[in-house]
Amino acid sequence: MPSLKDLKNRIESVKSTRKITKAMQMVAAAKLRRAQDAAEASRPYTERFNAVLGGLAASVGNAEGAPKLLSGTGSDKVHMMVVMTAERGLCGGFNSSIAKLAKARALELEAAGHTVKILTVGKKGREALKRDLEDKFVGHVDLSDVKRVGYDNAAAIGKDLLARFDAGEFDVATIFFSRFQSVISQTPTAQQVIPAAFEEGEGAEDTAFDYEPSEQAILADLLPRGVSTQIFAALLENGASEQGARMSAMDNATRNAGEMIDKLTIQFNRSRQAVITNELIEIISGAEAL
Amino acid sequence: MADMMQFDLVSPERSLASFEVTEVQIPGAEGDLTAMPSHTPTLTTLRPGMLSAISTDGSHDFLVTGGFAEITAAGVTILAEQAVAKSDVTQDDMDDMLAASKAAVDAAPEDAVDAANKTHADVVALAGTLGLSGS
Repeated sequence: MPSLKDLKNRIESVKSTRKITKAMQMVAAAKLRRAQDAAEASRPYTERFNAVLGGLAASVGNAEGAPKLLSGTGSDKVHMMVVMTAERGLCGGFNSSIAKLAKARALELEAAGHTVKILTVGKKGREALKRDLEDKFVGHVDLSDVKRVGYDNAAAIGKDLLARFDAGEFDVATIFFSRFQSVISQTPTAQQVIPAAFEEGEGAEDTAFDYEPSEQAILADLLPRGVSTQIFAALLENGASEQGARMSAMDNATRNAGEMIDKLTIQFNRSRQAVITNELIEIISGAEAL
Repeated sequence: MADMMQFDLVSPERSLASFEVTEVQIPGAEGDLTAMPSHTPTLTTLRPGMLSAISTDGSHDFLVTGGFAEITAAGVTILAEQAVAKSDVTQDDMDDMLAASKAAVDAAPEDAVDAANKTHADVVALAGTLGLSGS
């Protein structure tokens, strides 16, 4: 049975924890709005871009000498997995669900006889995958100093990825990130970026365009940008998902802390009453003895 | 009243402009071109340069560094990797762009040196047009 003083201390400590989680929740809510705005603002570009690229790819795609970024290297031996997670924890299952998906995929590919390489973006994912897959790591991108993810960050990752692709380090690249559905629901997603994969029906435009320079030249120019654009969109989705996950995790924590305080307060009051009753009994029995 | 068409300028980070225009002057990779309403559908890549959208209330100028333009009969959509309104361009921006294009020249593989040099020259010329230092 803890003493009254112990109980009091515990109540105080839970109260200050609640203050912290509450504050974190509010900060996450504010950041979530910003992240959502950023994701919203980038959507027109991504949509137009994919439509144009899809249209071009459909018309050039099957021709001889199509760019490797589109047609692939002709093999699928070496897989590059770009695992994008957050730089910070305390956001519920956000990081671990991405890591889990990536790990399952890595094991699956290994079992099928492919070679797996992993490029991590964000410290938390690296930590989560370190134990089982450290020997597969080929690089890490640290975004902990970046306050607001910009296109530059995505372009840098894209460039790195393309340099590795040109050097023949891998055949297929997949990015892992979390798609933002709502504050309480984020879906870990795997998306293939190299060779470029287009959804059915995308780019189904009837307009016959004049191309300047040639279709092939434009396609060759756009495909590398497409990689960066997809990475950028994924980073933004991830940013919104992270804040959403943190918000709901901290909301839960705040509620739990509240419940705990109630419970501890009841326990505190009970023990205080017990102590008073005890003292009274002592006084009364003392008086009777006289 | 002159024919109007829709003009959209979007960068990866946000949509920069969207309004009705009468003509758009585009710094295309193969040369400048002006798009007016009912232009043949055209897709062209951009070189670093000045993009001017001319609407009824005057000309809106933007500095763009690359990307592509999609021209249809009903409008022009510019997807620029980087775009800044002309009035907001500072020497710092220019210096960044010069440094980036210079770095691209140095890093370019043998067969792309010419293209990279041309891009760099475009950026230097652009700095000249704006009255900023191009070195």
